[in-house]
Amino acid sequence: MRSVSKLIGLALTLSLLLGINLHGQRRVELIGAGASFPAPLITAMADEYRDATNGRVTINYQSIGSGGGIRQFSEQTIMFGMSEAFLSDEIMKNIEQSTGGRAFNLPITLADVVVTYNVPGIDKGLVFDGPVIADIFLGRITRWNDRRIRNLNPDVRLPRHPIQVVHRSDGSGTTNLWTSYLTKVSDRWANNVGFATSVNWPTGVGANGNEGVAGIVRNTPGAIGYNSFAYALLNNMSYAYLENSAGNVIPPSFDATSAAANIELPTDTRILFTDTPNPIGYPVAGFAWMLCYENMEKNRTISNKQQAEELIRFIIWAITDGQQLSESLGYAQLPSAAIQKSYAMIRQMKWNGEPIGRNILDGN
Amino acid sequence: MKKRETDGSVLKEPNVKYQTSQTTLSEYLRKKRSFIYRTLGDRLFSYFIFALGFIVILTTIVMAIVLYKDGAEAIKRYGFFGFLFGRVWDPAMKIEFGAFPFIVGTLITSIGSLAISFVPALAVAIFTAEYSPRWLAHIIDNLTNLIAAIPSVIIGLWGIFVFAPWMRDTFYMNIYMWILDNNPSFAPIFGNPIGYGIATATIILAIMIVPYTTVLTVDAFKKVPKEQREAAYALGATKWEVVKMAVIPYARGGILAGVMLSFGRAIGETMAVAMLIGNKNNLPFSIIGPASTMPSVIVNEFREAVENIHLSSLIAVGFYLFIISLVVNLIAAYIQRKFSLTGARTV
Amino acid sequence: MKTLKRRYLHEKIMITFIAFNTVAVLTPLIIILVYVFVQGIGAINLDFFTQELGSPSRAMTGRPTGLVHTIIGTLVVDALAILIALPFGIGAGVMLSEYPDHKLNPVMRVMNDTLNGMPAVLKGLLAWALVVKPMGGFSGLSGGVALAVVMLPIIARSTESALMNIPWSIREAGLAIGLPRWRVIASVVIPASKAGLVTGVLIAFARAVGEAAPLLFTSFGNNYKSSYLLGWTFGPVDTLPQRLYSLAISPYPEWHQLGWAAGIVLLFFVIVSFAIARIVVREKY
Repeated sequence: MRSVSKLIGLALTLSLLLGINLHGQRRVELIGAGASFPAPLITAMADEYRDATNGRVTINYQSIGSGGGIRQFSEQTIMFGMSEAFLSDEIMKNIEQSTGGRAFNLPITLADVVVTYNVPGIDKGLVFDGPVIADIFLGRITRWNDRRIRNLNPDVRLPRHPIQVVHRSDGSGTTNLWTSYLTKVSDRWANNVGFATSVNWPTGVGANGNEGVAGIVRNTPGAIGYNSFAYALLNNMSYAYLENSAGNVIPPSFDATSAAANIELPTDTRILFTDTPNPIGYPVAGFAWMLCYENMEKNRTISNKQQAEELIRFIIWAITDGQQLSESLGYAQLPSAAIQKSYAMIRQMKWNGEPIGRNILDGN
Repeated sequence: MKKRETDGSVLKEPNVKYQTSQTTLSEYLRKKRSFIYRTLGDRLFSYFIFALGFIVILTTIVMAIVLYKDGAEAIKRYGFFGFLFGRVWDPAMKIEFGAFPFIVGTLITSIGSLAISFVPALAVAIFTAEYSPRWLAHIIDNLTNLIAAIPSVIIGLWGIFVFAPWMRDTFYMNIYMWILDNNPSFAPIFGNPIGYGIATATIILAIMIVPYTTVLTVDAFKKVPKEQREAAYALGATKWEVVKMAVIPYARGGILAGVMLSFGRAIGETMAVAMLIGNKNNLPFSIIGPASTMPSVIVNEFREAVENIHLSSLIAVGFYLFIISLVVNLIAAYIQRKFSLTGARTV
Repeated sequence: MKTLKRRYLHEKIMITFIAFNTVAVLTPLIIILVYVFVQGIGAINLDFFTQELGSPSRAMTGRPTGLVHTIIGTLVVDALAILIALPFGIGAGVMLSEYPDHKLNPVMRVMNDTLNGMPAVLKGLLAWALVVKPMGGFSGLSGGVALAVVMLPIIARSTESALMNIPWSIREAGLAIGLPRWRVIASVVIPASKAGLVTGVLIAFARAVGEAAPLLFTSFGNNYKSSYLLGWTFGPVDTLPQRLYSLAISPYPEWHQLGWAAGIVLLFFVIVSFAIARIVVREKY
C-alpha cells in the first residue's frame, strides 16, 4: 500500500518536474516578447489557445516593444519575436549568416495607429491632415485652439489648452508606423526627424509601451498621442480622423484598414503601406509580424523539436482560428493574401533539416 | 544580570556536543591537541571564510569589469570623455550616443532632492533626538525607516496615479497658464505641464531619501557627549540654542555622511524616477518638463536596444553610473570612518 | 544681545518649524500607505490568490484573474537569492567580526558598504551579463542572482553586527576549555547569534523583495504559472515588483487596481519581515 502511494507520489513529482498534463502530454511553454501593439490580441490568443489545448501549451508573451522583440529575437533569448517594424535587410543578412537560414516575418494581425487625445469636452472625431499633425508632433503647433486646427474642425469649440505630446520612450513598431506616416506627409519631419522604431522627438514626454502612452493620454487633459486602434477602443479613448492622400477624411475602421492593406504583397511580406493611395484606405495602418527562424533548431531557446512543432501549430492557429478574436479587440482580420504568404513561409520551417512546418500543414 | 543568563545558556551548547562526541577525557584531549584538528582546522576554516567573504570584494570588481567590457564598444568609439560629454542620444537617425543628458538629469534630480529633503530630514532627527518623548521618538524612528523600506515601484505607482496628476492640476497647469498670459517667452524654460517631469521626480526622490540623512544624523546626535549639552544649558541656552550651538556642530560628520548616503541613493534610484520623469533623452531640459536619468534610461531601453552600439552605450552609461556611485559611497565611507560612526543601520 | 523674550519666541518658532517638518516628512508615507490600501483592497479576493493574470481582456470582461503565479514567482526568486547570498554573506560577516586583524578587513568593510550603495539596476546588469547572456534566456535563476547581489552586503553587515553582539568573554571561554578557534566560531559564536542571522536574512529579504529594476532584464515576467516545476528556475518568472511596474504603466483600469493590490501584498511582505526582524532584535538584545 505504502509503495503504491510512493509510486504515485514519484509519478506526480516527475510530471510536475517535466510538465506533463493530465492527458499525459508534455506541457510546453512558448516564450515570446515584443511589440505592445498586438499584445492585447496575442495574450488573448494565449488564453484561448491554452484552453483549446487543455493547458498543454502556454504562451508567455511579454509586451516590451518592437525594438525589444527584434533585439531579443536576434539574441535568441525568446522563441518568437513580435514587431510591427519588419526586420531590416541588415538584420536579415546577419541572421542568415549566423543560422544558415532566413528569418521569417509572418503577418499575425493588422491594425491602425490612431491619434488619441484627451481634450476636455471633446469626443472622438477631431480631424487632422498630415501637415497639421506633423507640426503638432514637431512642437510647432502648441495650443488646441490653433487656427490650423480650427480650420479643419470648424464646428468644434476648441479650448485654449496647451497641447501635450505623448510619445513612446521605448523602441516601438507603432512609432515606426507613425513616423513613417509623418515622414511621408511632412518634409520638415522627413528632414529633421525621420522614421525608425525610436526617434529623437522634438517635443513631448515619453511613455513606455502603447500602454504607457494610452495611460498618460487618459490621465492628462490636453494630451495627444498615438496608439494602436485596439488601445483606443479598449480604453474608450477619443481618437482622431485623418485626411488621407486622396483628401478624404477617414475614420479608423476595419474596412478602411483592410482597404489600405489591399495591396500586392512581396513573398516575405516586408512592406509598409502608410499614407496609402487607396481613396478609402486609412493612412496609418500596418501588419504586426511574428519573427521566426527558418532553421528553428538554431534558436537557442527552443530546446527540442516538440517546442518547435508546438510553436508552428500555434502560429497556424493564430492566423486562422485565432483571427476570430481580432475584431472584438480592435484588430482587423488578416487578408487572405497575407495568410497564404504565411503558409508559404511556415512550409519552409525546419528542425535539423526536417521540414516540420510542411509536415504539420500537410498533416492537418 | 540578564546578559549573564544569556551568556550561560550559550556556554552550555559546546558542553553538550563535547559530551556526545567523545567517550573518554583522554581521547578528547588527544583530539584537541591533534594537528589536523587545531592548526590545520583553523587555517582551513579561515581560508574558507576568507574565500566566502572575498566574494563581496569580487562582486564589486567583477561588476566594474563586466560593465566596462560590455560598454567598451561605446567608450572606444566615442572616447571616455567624448561619451561622457556627448550631448546627443539618437538611436534612430544618426545612431550616435552620449551620456551627458543623463548625467545632467541625474545630477539635477539628485541634488535637487537633496536640497529639498535636507532641512526636513535634519528636523526629523532633531525632533526625535532632542524634543520628542521616547515613545514618540520610537514611533517616528520606525516610520522613517518604513519610508526607506517601501519599494520604489509602489512609490512610483502612487506617483503616477495620485501625485503627478495632483501636482499638474494644482500647480503646473496654473503656473503655466499664468506664464503664457504674462511672460510667454519663459514658457519653454518652464516646460509643458504634463505632470511627469523633473520637478515631480525630484520631489518624489526627496521623499524617498529623507531616511538616510535622518538615521545617520540621529546616530551622530546620540554620540554627542552629555557634557557638551549640559555646558550649553548651564550657560542658560534654550533648547534650540543648545541644538544649534552644541549638538549640530558636534554631529556635523554624521550629518555629512548621511547627506552623502542620501545622495548615493538618489543617484541610483531607478523605478520611481523612471515612472515619473517623462523620459526625454535630449537636452535641454526644462523645470517641470521631462528628462531622463542614468538608471531610468537603462531600465527603459535595455531590453529593446536593437543596434549593438545602442546596447553597449546603455551599459557604458551603467559604467559611468558605477563610477559615480563608487566615488560617492567611498566619500561616505571615508566620512563615517573619520568620525567613527557605526554607519547607517540596515533596518 | 537678544532679549529673553525674543529668545523664547525664537525657541517656539523653531519647535513649530521642526515639528512641522517632521509631520511633512511623515505625511507622504501615511498617504501612500492609505492609498495603496484603499485602492487595492477591492481587488484582494480569492481569485487574486488563486488565478493567473492572462490577457488584459480577461480582466476587462470580468473573467477571473489574479496574481498567484506572481506571488509564487516572487517567493521562488527570493528564496533562490537567499540560498545564493547566505553562505557568502555569512562568510563575509564572520570575516569582518572574527578576524578583525586581517589586512583585507578594512577594504572589505568599505567594499561591502559600497556594494550595498550600488544602484540595484547595475546588479541587474551584472546578473544579465553573468547569467542571462551565457544561459541564453531569461530565467528565475538570473533574477535570483541579481537579488542575491542586493542581499549579500546586507546579510554580511547584519551577520557582522550579530556576531559582534556576542561578548568576547564567551569566545575566550570557548578557547579556554581548549576548543580551537574555528570550533569556537562554528559551534559557539554562530549558534549563539542565530537570532541575529535570521534578522539579517529577513531584512535582506525585505529590501530585495521590492526591487523591480534588476528583474526586468533577468526574470523577465510571465502571465502564467510556469508549466513545469523547473520552469520556475530556468524559465521566465513573474515577480511582484516587476509585475506591479507593468500593471502600473498599462492603460487598463482593472489592471491598475490589480497593481494596487499587488502593492498591498508587496508591502505586506516588506512590513511583516521588518516587523519580525525588529521584534527579534529587541527581544534578543
